[in-house]
Amino acid sequence: MTPTLSGRIQTRLALTLTVGVVVTLMVTPFLPYNTYFSRTRHQALPGAYLITFASLGLVAAVGVVWELIYHGLQQLRWDKDWPSPLGILTGLNESIVVYVMIRWFGPRPHWTGMPPSAFLLHFYAVWLAVFFTANGPMRVLLIRWRYRGGRIV
Amino acid sequence: MNPARIYTLVRISGGNDVAGSMLGGGSGTSDVIVDLPSELNRRVTWTDLEVSRSGLIVRDVPLVTVGGGIGSFALIDSLRIGGVSVAAVAAVGTDECPWDSITRLARASQLGDDDRLRSDSSSTPGNIWGFPSYALREAWKRRSLAPVVNVLTEPIITDFWTPRLSQVMDEMRREADRINWWAVFDRGRVELIRERDEGGYFILVRRCDTDTRVVYRSRWVHVAVGYSAIRMLPDLQSYRERTGDAERVVNAYESHDHVYESLARRPGSVLVRGSGVVASRILERLIDDRDEKGLDTRVHHLFRTYVGGSRGPSIMLRRPGADGWANQAFNWPKSCWGGELKQRLERLDPEGRMELLGVLGGTTTPPRKSWQDQLVRAREGGWYQELIGTVVDVRPSGDGRVSTNIIDHDGAKSELVSDFVIDCTGLEPAIESHPLFADMLAHAGIERNPLGRLDVTESFEVLGARSGDGRIYASGAATLGGPYAAVDSFQGLQYAALRIADDLAEQGFGHRIGVRRSLRQWVRWVRDRPPEPAGRNEAVAP
Repeated sequence: MTPTLSGRIQTRLALTLTVGVVVTLMVTPFLPYNTYFSRTRHQALPGAYLITFASLGLVAAVGVVWELIYHGLQQLRWDKDWPSPLGILTGLNESIVVYVMIRWFGPRPHWTGMPPSAFLLHFYAVWLAVFFTANGPMRVLLIRWRYRGGRIV
Repeated sequence: MNPARIYTLVRISGGNDVAGSMLGGGSGTSDVIVDLPSELNRRVTWTDLEVSRSGLIVRDVPLVTVGGGIGSFALIDSLRIGGVSVAAVAAVGTDECPWDSITRLARASQLGDDDRLRSDSSSTPGNIWGFPSYALREAWKRRSLAPVVNVLTEPIITDFWTPRLSQVMDEMRREADRINWWAVFDRGRVELIRERDEGGYFILVRRCDTDTRVVYRSRWVHVAVGYSAIRMLPDLQSYRERTGDAERVVNAYESHDHVYESLARRPGSVLVRGSGVVASRILERLIDDRDEKGLDTRVHHLFRTYVGGSRGPSIMLRRPGADGWANQAFNWPKSCWGGELKQRLERLDPEGRMELLGVLGGTTTPPRKSWQDQLVRAREGGWYQELIGTVVDVRPSGDGRVSTNIIDHDGAKSELVSDFVIDCTGLEPAIESHPLFADMLAHAGIERNPLGRLDVTESFEVLGARSGDGRIYASGAATLGGPYAAVDSFQGLQYAALRIADDLAEQGFGHRIGVRRSLRQWVRWVRDRPPEPAGRNEAVAP
């Protein structure tokens, strides 16, 4: 799929809100976090979900800004396409920005005892799931999606 | 300028054109080419009564697709997946299989079954979803991650991964069996399409096996007949007509193995004309033969337009190029299939489309590293020479070879004598050179776009062709110049098929392929099970 601007934004929001939510729900309980502030892992779980969902929300929201930048870069390409290597690279810059924002503005990670590795594991689990859904199964579910530059509606 | 006047036609032998035998001979009007009862022959519109009186066998099928190639196949595939039964559709063409024509052209232009096409991994004519892609399937079959890694790193680190001809054919054969294409297909030549007085159309077919005629009475017609002929450069055609020599001057799309055989027996020189993907492949073959058989073939390559670097109207629209070639992975910029450029083209008016197509189109070749490396070596070796200019004339040289007189951009003349000339410039796109279109233009009142091809809507309906509640659709090369650029490609044909199927579903023919149907049908594809039989609510046209 070679995205248009609206297709990028729609696909990102749709996939983070579906695939992203499912992966977050599934992955969070298994992330490494210590129980310094809670007596059991079970009690620490709500705090962990707070962090992972905040990070997912940032992936979606900040992502819209990223999409504007990617779209601008895409204009420099003759084919007006967005090859996989570029798509893979974007995981790097996005993870850094989301992590910094979580540290500065999000719920204090030390409240829940979540180390950076937990954040990264969650981020890349979501990111890979979204990447692979967009690079295959989406074409099966929405047969016109690839002809519409990723637009869903 | 009218392209038909510049180029001369050579018939594609046994091609999937509907009336190939008329090429070069027929005047293009129905009155001349078909020996029908005169009352039918004279009329633009036929009535049921006239047809039944004529004694012709009539078959009622709601939709007939004309061509029987990949365009027809793609439409039948979409419709069958949309729940249309085999009894409600027919496909007519002269080739035995939908992939015969492309295979023939590929083989002539030196692409074997195991060679790779210029086609994207997810352009899969045997799978309307494009998933799993060819690369994934090859990875699975070979138990190797290499194709997947290639797809994930292309085209920045690696060249685009492209499928082998055999993979595409095998998958189409599987899909043809699955959807029961063979029950839909009627091998024959469509001679005429006539409007039916009561609405819809009559399609007159001469069957290949029995040489008998049958008339289809249909509400919808789909025309996907491909190219009418091989296009030969006018100076080469004129040489052939004057000398009768079709041995030393050949077109890359014709079978021309004798050239390579002769060069293997005795050292010789070849002039290659053209700078598209076919020229690239012919050069590769010549160089491979030199390497593998230790030949001493000398190659001259004539560029009419030499592309020295990136070119385009603005920094945002500049196509890469180097060493004479305009570089592009596929025959259109990639986003023409479904991204930004597709959207931009759709939103433009006809004049704007012409302008944008002018920028986006043109002869290009994929910048494959192996090809580029070969040419670097060839230049260094001194046995590959690039020439720039236009040809004044081509004539036999004194020693029985071919002499090409060239004038360069500064007006300097030169003569080049070679053993062979290979024309790699292309296929005939002018629709009026196809007898069926010529007849439709004369009788059906169809409209043409500014490029001179069929004027179609975004649903690929041919404008000006409605007959009562009947509609004519078209896909493929004949529709270039409209809202979609990549019409002449696997995925372009699939896109057209999907749009047409959607339009038909709106008229009550088949179902629109929504999320549930798509998923269910995909699972059936994976399990190699036929599409579900028609649903209860399926409305089949009268």
